[in-house]
Amino acid sequence: MLCQECGKRPATLHFTKIVNGEKNEFHICETCAREKGEMLPGTSGGFSIHSLLSGLLDFETAGKGAASSVKAPQSQRCEECGMTYSQFSKIGRFGCSSCYKYFGDRLDPLFKRVHGNTVHVGKVPKRSGGRIQLKRRIDDLKLELQQRIQQEEFEEAAQLRDQIRNLEKEMAGQ
Amino acid sequence: MPNLRFTEKALSEWMRGTANDSDIVISSRVRIARNLQHLPFPLLATRQQSEEVLSRLAPVPEKQNMKSIGTFYAIKLDDIEPLDKKVLVEKHLISPSLASESQNGAVLISEDESVSIMINEEDHLRIQCLYPGFQVREAWEKATSIDDLFEAEVDYAFDDKRGYLTSCPTNVGTGLRASVMMHLPALVMTQQINRILSAVSQVGLTVRGIYGEGSEAIGNLFQISNQITLGQTENEIIDNLHSVVLQIIEHEKNARTRLMNDSRLRITDRIKRSYGILSFAEVLDSKEAGQRLSDVRLGIDLGIVQGPSIPVMNELNVMTQPGFLQKKYGHDMNSEERDIYRARLIRETLAKA
Ligand SMILES: [Zn+2]
Ligand SMILES: [Zn+2]
Repeated sequence: MLCQECGKRPATLHFTKIVNGEKNEFHICETCAREKGEMLPGTSGGFSIHSLLSGLLDFETAGKGAASSVKAPQSQRCEECGMTYSQFSKIGRFGCSSCYKYFGDRLDPLFKRVHGNTVHVGKVPKRSGGRIQLKRRIDDLKLELQQRIQQEEFEEAAQLRDQIRNLEKEMAGQ
Repeated sequence: MPNLRFTEKALSEWMRGTANDSDIVISSRVRIARNLQHLPFPLLATRQQSEEVLSRLAPVPEKQNMKSIGTFYAIKLDDIEPLDKKVLVEKHLISPSLASESQNGAVLISEDESVSIMINEEDHLRIQCLYPGFQVREAWEKATSIDDLFEAEVDYAFDDKRGYLTSCPTNVGTGLRASVMMHLPALVMTQQINRILSAVSQVGLTVRGIYGEGSEAIGNLFQISNQITLGQTENEIIDNLHSVVLQIIEHEKNARTRLMNDSRLRITDRIKRSYGILSFAEVLDSKEAGQRLSDVRLGIDLGIVQGPSIPVMNELNVMTQPGFLQKKYGHDMNSEERDIYRARLIRETLAKA
């Protein structure tokens, strides 16, 4: 890909800034980045690479304080594809699906900021998602069980309890 | 031999249909992002790995007998001319990034062009369904059924906690982006648009103007889409978009009624002038064409302009784009030439309508 500023040299700096879930991408060469005094094209006011990066890293530091690196031995690097957390922060893209596992809970503030949530509640794959579907069904039945007990419908409640037990057995067997 | 049928006509077959509220909602689109297990995302994939992704995904329509959904045609991006890529982008059949920066990028397009399945875009698989008018639910139903067919053949990257895993954190969870394209001339004319759009952005939706060659929004076209993909079910996402779009339709209708009550002569004059200019002008830049086409579309909706139909206006929106103009007339053009050919194409199309 060519630099979007000069259109001549290959773009070596790639940035994505996420503002309110909207992606803005920048692809420029290092010469242009330096010449422009670190100003990136494509935005009305322009902003520096430094503020861009710190903006992206905000989701890590926000509300944590600088000393947060002391605790939580979360992995800095995805063992599968080799992407480091700081590379991810710069690019705004994961390298592979295992990145999610290796960066772990460290991603929660980011998801919280982009989506307001951290846990998926939607569709589940039919084949590989059997376990989570089972778990959701058990949760639903437990909720119903509570209601039946409250309404003193004990016969139905007993049936539900058996059903839940069977499903839990099924899940343990998987 | 690449299949070029899709770049010859401007109007996709699906666009000919009429549907509810198709005067204000031009089209509805749903896109689902998915990735395969154990292969890096396209960002880091080697040529060999992206080839493997392609070889696993491309045969799925055949294997799963997707005939009921339509006959699919496969196009490898490396096999087609830059101009054809441009036309596919202008018709929204592929994304700009699939056209310009994909490795082993490919697209499977259904015969009526309502379904396009992109391979090796930002994610391994992107299933897109495009419907005319306000049919975002129908588009979701179709997309999720195609998703099921793919899932029967391949193992998706899925996590109990985070859902469907995507290259960009803004797509994780459902991987679902639902959007509608709206024509909102009366809200623009009555200067209510900014108030409404800022309200929309506060309920988890994103609004984008549709841009032409320049950077100004043209043609009073706005795309409304969901921003959140994680922590809501697909139905919640679709319902939320649906109810907000219904409200915007209501506002636009009210603004149209008010305009016609308060300034019927001025509006009628503006619409007829635009119709006249489109029918006779020799030179039209994309910005003016966009504005005039918007006026005439409004004129058709209000019963002021007879003759051209809404599908003809949809066709003109695509045909007057730079890539399609050059494809149609068979040669490269600079921007002045494009303005001349654009005017000619509109003149001739309206004369026939
Ligand atoms: Zn440069
Ligand atoms: Zn990784």
